Amino acid sequence: MAKVSVHVFLKPGVLDVQGKAVEGALNGLGWTGVSNARVGKLIEFDMAEPDEAEVKRMCETLLANTVIEGYRIEVG
Amino acid sequence: MSAAVIVFPGSNCDRDCKVAVERSTGERVEMVWHGETELPKGLDLIVLPGGFSYGDYLRCGAMAAQSPIMQAVKTAADDGVAVVGICNGFQILCEAGMLPGALLRNAGLKYVCKPITLQVANGQTRFTSGYQGRREVVMTQGNGDGNYFADAQTLARLEGEGQVVFRYVDNPNGSVADIAGIQNARGNVLGMMPHPDRAFEAELGSADGAVLFQSVLNAA
Repeated sequence: MAKVSVHVFLKPGVLDVQGKAVEGALNGLGWTGVSNARVGKLIEFDMAEPDEAEVKRMCETLLANTVIEGYRIEVG
Repeated sequence: MSAAVIVFPGSNCDRDCKVAVERSTGERVEMVWHGETELPKGLDLIVLPGGFSYGDYLRCGAMAAQSPIMQAVKTAADDGVAVVGICNGFQILCEAGMLPGALLRNAGLKYVCKPITLQVANGQTRFTSGYQGRREVVMTQGNGDGNYFADAQTLARLEGEGQVVFRYVDNPNGSVADIAGIQNARGNVLGMMPHPDRAFEAELGSADGAVLFQSVLNAA
């Protein structure tokens, strides 16, 4: 059994409007040094037989839309 | 003509679509639950309705694209049956790989709900032939993730092959090239964010949506 984490973010060049909104809000609250804010997703699950290749298949099939998103997998 | 509307958990325009197609064409429309693996025989049109399938969890349309019925929808499309995905249905078609590109959050971050004027970018499709050369039509928009995105290469192909079917006259969501609706290369699968199902008789403010369904009927 292993803990698997999948981080999903919009690809560079794809407008991240949520990131822009968060950045604007932080700037507005006085954190003027904040830039390039990105909002992504973290998907965690337990996997009985950890296999990074299988997790990659999960990403390509469902967890990420590779037209617009990239992903990073952490196992264990 | 024989038509079916696919019902996903969280669809909320499924009954609208049924009524719209029935009143526009006079034909009966079957409702098909997403968990089915087979479609009724002899269909001419399959509609993927708007709504919030699976609560828009993960990404709009991502889970619905993996529903059991989608394999049958893909097979029917491969056989030449017309498929129209409206709003969430457009998102599902993109997630299922039946149309290129993806729908992002609206550039203004706000849910946009209003009547909207569309340019008929290609009037020679099986979905738009009934407009008979009209350049603009009015339908209703209602979405939070309607910002169409495709990479430059895909976009060039869409433009070059006449696959852009509708464009916004006044882009409400940041869609690339003002795209409101596209079709596949074969010309039998249409995805669009505006709702023809909310514009099928004058009492709704516009009857332009009815012409789209009638066009499919006439092409069948």
